[in-house]
Amino acid sequence: MRFEGTASYVADKDLMVAVNAAIALERPLLVKGEPGTGKTELARQIADALGVELIEWNVKSTTRAQQGLYEYDAVSRLRDSQLGDERFNDIGNYIRRGKLWDAFTTDRKVVLLIDEIDKADIEFPNDLLQELDRMEFHVYETGETIRAVNRPIVIITSNNEKELPDAFLRRCFFHYIRFPDMETLQKIVDVHYPGIKQDLVRAALTQFYEIRETQGLKKKPSTSEALDWIRLLVADDISPEDLRGDAKSALPRLHGALLKNEQDVHLFERLAFMSRR
Amino acid sequence: MFLPFFLELKAAKIPVSLREYLALLEGLKSGLVDYDVEGFYYLARSALVKDERYIDRFDQVFAHVFKGLDALAGDDGIDVANLPEEWLRRLAEKHLSEEEKKLIETLGGFDQLMETLRKRLEEQKERHQGGSKWIGTAGTSPFGAYGYNPEGVRIGQAESRHRRAVKVWDKREFRNFDDSVELGTRNIKVALKRLRRWIREGAEEELDLPGTITATAEHGYLDVKTRPERRNAVKLLMFFDVGGSMDDHIKIVEELFSAARSEFKHMEYFYFHNCIYEGLWKDNRRRHSEVIPTYDVLHKFGPDYKVVFVGDASMSPYEINSPGGSVEHWNQEAGIVWLYRVLNQWPNAVWMNPVRENHWQYTHSIKMISDVFSQRMYPLTLAGLEAATRELSRRH
Repeated sequence: MRFEGTASYVADKDLMVAVNAAIALERPLLVKGEPGTGKTELARQIADALGVELIEWNVKSTTRAQQGLYEYDAVSRLRDSQLGDERFNDIGNYIRRGKLWDAFTTDRKVVLLIDEIDKADIEFPNDLLQELDRMEFHVYETGETIRAVNRPIVIITSNNEKELPDAFLRRCFFHYIRFPDMETLQKIVDVHYPGIKQDLVRAALTQFYEIRETQGLKKKPSTSEALDWIRLLVADDISPEDLRGDAKSALPRLHGALLKNEQDVHLFERLAFMSRR
Repeated sequence: MFLPFFLELKAAKIPVSLREYLALLEGLKSGLVDYDVEGFYYLARSALVKDERYIDRFDQVFAHVFKGLDALAGDDGIDVANLPEEWLRRLAEKHLSEEEKKLIETLGGFDQLMETLRKRLEEQKERHQGGSKWIGTAGTSPFGAYGYNPEGVRIGQAESRHRRAVKVWDKREFRNFDDSVELGTRNIKVALKRLRRWIREGAEEELDLPGTITATAEHGYLDVKTRPERRNAVKLLMFFDVGGSMDDHIKIVEELFSAARSEFKHMEYFYFHNCIYEGLWKDNRRRHSEVIPTYDVLHKFGPDYKVVFVGDASMSPYEINSPGGSVEHWNQEAGIVWLYRVLNQWPNAVWMNPVRENHWQYTHSIKMISDVFSQRMYPLTLAGLEAATRELSRRH
């Protein structure tokens, strides 16, 4: 199994090496990077390229590690026992499988995406150490041990909101998706909108990088925002000359797709005001 | 065989462990990146570096250790004299256009050209650096003549030709990430965790086992009770000293700030300068226009808030104990009066001091403030932070 990128995902060589190392050595791959650089998309594309199923586990601030393994629904069991339902005799009926369990027990290799692991509690990664390392866990209620039939390809994404513990990091391969340079971004745009007007793309990307390099922006626009913006430009049939927007402000046309908070919009208006004087 | 590299990484204070080194060796053994320096670099980076902060440092060490290893791949001794035929062919095909290939034909054909190359490589004594240099300097050889420069060629590599001139690790693209502020706060967050105070409020989702047993025993039938989940409900109020002598400590204070901010939902902060007086502010750029009266803050936040002052407490004693002592404005009441007001409102308070503890005795004002806080002043270190959180969590 080797990952070589897909028709709709531009993967740099460093990314491919990291993904292939994770696949070959059966270790989790931790992917970090600015929001909107395609971290989550990566897992989908790996699953696509290898033709395997993707199991997504979206982590939230309230998610606990145990939920990924299994949950024991004691309340239903108590209720059933009172109603005289025969099912309650078997505790197994009340064990709800988590995503990790699903990923371990499928008969084919799967891609398991643990999305935004940094959203959870600071101890969350520590609670998954053994499970991800040995790819097995114990179910106390039934006394069975769930062991991975086929070790899944584990992709973990993080937005850097919390630092992850060293012990956890040591068990992973790591890749930081850096922001693409203009050439790569052009490739990405081409993949997403084939047959787009090249002069428009070039003008748009030039302006996009100008915006990104503006000092003091609260939120720099990212790859996904560039793609949205270009789609809007195409939909509105804007010519490259029109792209600058009206002369009064430095704001580009349809800037709503790029600048997501009002302080950044104000910043641009102020810059325009200063440059006019 | 890469042990010196591993040790140099350690020496450069990149947190690498034996486990990661073994993972790298395992990756090499499984043939992930045969004969490909760039691939080796990426694999090593992916296996050994786990934080983008260290990538720049890693690049530097890599460049230093593997200096000269750029053209020919395979540090583990690929037999250069026995270059595989299709390897060379692929190399040439990749870089030669159709006309150039025709030209080669006229010069005796591709095979002969490759034969020459192989012979020259055999004559070669030193395998690694020498090999590359040797080919590279053969400017009059057919290799040079057909317009590819072996000096930079990555053999067996299809993409990113534009990167050839500069080695990837020499570009040091990750320089910016070194030492950025939001990072490096995990230890602080773990220390702050002690401040958590669990209470149950909100939707009743969790099975209350003792409650269920009691209710069942009382009623004679199974009566399931539920209760809300535990949540962290600690309320934290922080006051930061800014400007002046605090500029030396800006990094650690920023770390504490960002750690506290992401760890606590109910966290409020205000800024002051040197000592607390009748006005505070929330935005340092507008500190003179948007002053918040300290009385408002005192009235707004209840006594259940835990209070942390962060400041070096280094000032002239007059700034603490006399009216009009402030360096910035005329204060009607002395700083000490305000400090006592604060402590009356929030008895659960500590003062974190970034100045090293063994220097405290040399500054009179530090002792004064520490006395006001009944010795609850702690150094802004991990140990100090732990002691402070223990103190803060003693009383609810």
